[in-house]
Amino acid sequence: MGGNAAERVPRDDYDFALWEKRVDALVMIAQAAGLMTVDGLRRVLEDMGEDAFETMTYYERWVASLNQNLLEEGTYTVAELGARMRDVRARGDTYGTAQRG
Amino acid sequence: MPHDGHDPLSPSGHPYRPDQDEPLTYWQCMEIAIRELLVEKGVTTDAAIRAQVQTMDDRGPAQGARVVARAWADPDFHHRLRSDGSAACRELGIEVGPMKLIAVSNTPDLHNVVVCTLCSCYPRNLLGLPPDWYKSREYRSRTVREPRAVLREFGTTLPEGVAVRVHDSTADMRYLVVPMRPDGTEGWTEGALAACVTRDAMIGVAQAAHPKSDGI
Repeated sequence: MGGNAAERVPRDDYDFALWEKRVDALVMIAQAAGLMTVDGLRRVLEDMGEDAFETMTYYERWVASLNQNLLEEGTYTVAELGARMRDVRARGDTYGTAQRG
Repeated sequence: MPHDGHDPLSPSGHPYRPDQDEPLTYWQCMEIAIRELLVEKGVTTDAAIRAQVQTMDDRGPAQGARVVARAWADPDFHHRLRSDGSAACRELGIEVGPMKLIAVSNTPDLHNVVVCTLCSCYPRNLLGLPPDWYKSREYRSRTVREPRAVLREFGTTLPEGVAVRVHDSTADMRYLVVPMRPDGTEGWTEGALAACVTRDAMIGVAQAAHPKSDGI
């Protein structure tokens, strides 16, 4: 990415959505707990390839990397994650309603 | 500009991202699932996650401004900051974490600017969360390719003969730019000096605010 041609730097500043702040928090907590490292975070980001920078937002890439690191660490299994994501989706169709009541 | 009166503003005054109240996305769903699993497995607690989010909300560029103001006021501190940034910050009670902090100082002949071409490595404990543009593809791509053009977009036009040095952050190091102390600030207290030190100046896309022209 560094050195590629690109458009003007966009200057609009947005506040982060709550879910994005939580992703950030979970990455910090996972690092403090020794479950992943900054290198691990970046390694998965690199593995995603350039397409991911076009198709996913910043914290979407982060949560994908967090997940990959935790799966590799054995913190939870693919089956556990899949089952939980189905549960979450069944609770509601917006971020707010999908929280555990 | 996003401040057009149509977007609901968050407490910070910035509009929420457009997708805030859209249908639940796959990645939001994943965040909820991971968070719940980490709590259930005893890795963390809901309270700890809330506290971490709060810490993030509270963090801003004030700590970095204190460090720069001290460097301006105390040449010996400036020297120590340049030889071991993390240790010098610790003198002020600021813990920059496990990363190595490298302070780079602007001079009349040299201007420093910081980028992270891979992701958005940034001295958060000193500057708060990085602004959106710092994370943008455009900034990360172009700053190493045409830094002077990027700086001009930020209103920073450097005289010919001033060298530009671009620093690309890595996983292990964080950069802090010590901008040049503005003229006309002789004898100022560190608190008054800190008011001249903006986030953008510490990233290197701007100069320190000038007390006369910027109305401080």
